[in-house]
Amino acid sequence: MAIKERMSGNEAVAYAMRQVRPDVMGAFPITPSTEIPQYFSKYIADGKVDTDFVAVESEHSAMSVCIGAAAAGARAITATSSAGLAFMWELLYVAASSRLPITMAVVNRALTGPININNDHSDSMGCRDAGWIQIYAEDNQEVYDNYLQAMPISEYCRIPIMICQDGFITSHAVQNIELLDDDTVADFVGEYQPEHYLLNAKEPLAVGPYGVSPYYMEIKKGQAEAMKAAGTRILEVAEAFEKISGRKYGFFEAYRMEDAETAVVVIGSTAGTGKAAVDQLRAAGKKVGLIKVRVFRPFPMKELAAALSHVKAVAVMDKSEGFSACGGPLFAETRSALYDLENRPKAINYVYGLGGRDVTIDTFEEIFDELAHIAETGEVGEVYRHIGVREQEAVK
Amino acid sequence: MEKNKTVEIRWHGRGGQGAKTACLLLADVAFSSGKQVQGFPEYGPERMGAPITAYNRISDEVNRVHSNIYNPDYVVVVDETLLHTVDVTAGLSQEGTIIINSPKEPAELRPLLGAYQGHICTVDAADISMRTLGKNFPNTPMLAATVAVSQVIDPKRFVEDMEASLKHKFATKPQVVAGNMEALKLAMEEIKWDRKEGKKS
Repeated sequence: MAIKERMSGNEAVAYAMRQVRPDVMGAFPITPSTEIPQYFSKYIADGKVDTDFVAVESEHSAMSVCIGAAAAGARAITATSSAGLAFMWELLYVAASSRLPITMAVVNRALTGPININNDHSDSMGCRDAGWIQIYAEDNQEVYDNYLQAMPISEYCRIPIMICQDGFITSHAVQNIELLDDDTVADFVGEYQPEHYLLNAKEPLAVGPYGVSPYYMEIKKGQAEAMKAAGTRILEVAEAFEKISGRKYGFFEAYRMEDAETAVVVIGSTAGTGKAAVDQLRAAGKKVGLIKVRVFRPFPMKELAAALSHVKAVAVMDKSEGFSACGGPLFAETRSALYDLENRPKAINYVYGLGGRDVTIDTFEEIFDELAHIAETGEVGEVYRHIGVREQEAVK
Repeated sequence: MEKNKTVEIRWHGRGGQGAKTACLLLADVAFSSGKQVQGFPEYGPERMGAPITAYNRISDEVNRVHSNIYNPDYVVVVDETLLHTVDVTAGLSQEGTIIINSPKEPAELRPLLGAYQGHICTVDAADISMRTLGKNFPNTPMLAATVAVSQVIDPKRFVEDMEASLKHKFATKPQVVAGNMEALKLAMEEIKWDRKEGKKS
């Protein structure tokens, strides 16, 4: 039975955590994810869940707690943002290469320099190559749903997983949500039965030893193969989740793409605003569509290329600046995906929304106008662009 | 409230006055009335006393837009001193209404609102709070005034929902419930209007 509620994205994640009943949480607070351990520790104090809550002195230790617990055979979780995620960097690779299914709630926030607490994707995009699965959400409903699917994906693939949402924009926004009841969630997530674990006296093993050259590359290839296979599992879990929730998920959501001539590719909450813009432009007779990428790691290369194959021009939107001097990370992946198409759409990149810079329906109208021009003339112009930047005069 | 119309409300307050709480409470009570709601604050380097902004979208259909609100139907000003420092009427619909916490007559405040031509309401939330709770908590009266002015939800239903929610929250302090309920009712009764010329309501 669906429970109609209203809550913020952070509370939705904490609620999902309670329903999943993990064994261990390594916790250190950082804005804007602080509310997650805060809500969750209250559930523990109220006797609603019996997770071992380990309050540590840093995010480096929070991830270390998760690695130790997961290696021992426990279901381990944490939550973080921005500099907290950056401080885990070394351990992210340890978790992934040790094939430990840790679930981390990431509340996306700009990385420092200058210091800023608001949303962009520079934190999780920065660690996109660490070997973690990354799933992004548009709103509180999606982050709740994604969190419930995290462990069935991660534990099966033996790859740690990040469940990401936009800091403040969804983490602190109260919105309507439909929750599942506790028993349904418990059945869906199931008990964790690790194949190999340190607390198994019958099978002594070492976790995290030195990887000498004759073995190191095989371990990396193993991780790469697991990531390639993860897509199938992600779709299986989404299908099972649809049966209990009625809500459908895939690698991405294709919104009004059937006959679209131009399209935007985007991640996260901005997709909601983008869909509202698509509706307005469609009402005015424009053939526009939007693709919201949900799964960024593994990257759904073939599927995304197929979804964009009939489009004349596409704008890929990046909420992080990769400083590659030729576009952001989502653009790099998307354009690479398009390369194998016989008739490729023209592609441009917009870096947007850094450090909490707001994105409105007007922003999308400007982008779709530009795409219409490119589709008509075939002239791409500048490929790597920034949008929403104030002119020099206004900055003073 | 007009069917299928999204009502957008922008709150201006100072850190510590409860503008964010009032905004989230409005989302709560609108949810209880069966609405689709959004309630979200705009965050920055917060500290007590600094200007803060919070937003509500309330509608019958799901709201997918996640931007801030630039063309609100209603603006609520929890602290009158903000009229001197913040452009509170920026983007406010000329068909809209601004609701200000002030002991003054609304017409007295019009010169502070620039080119804005729409309705102005004042309610003396500080005084109501002092009379009913003995302390200056302007957010509850401002919330009630916002509901009464916008009619975004049925005011009668609002009063009932608030009573139930306060009774639950303050089960051990019934005097707090009575004081808050009195504050709500007074705020809804003591709204002063300066209506835009030629407009009904």
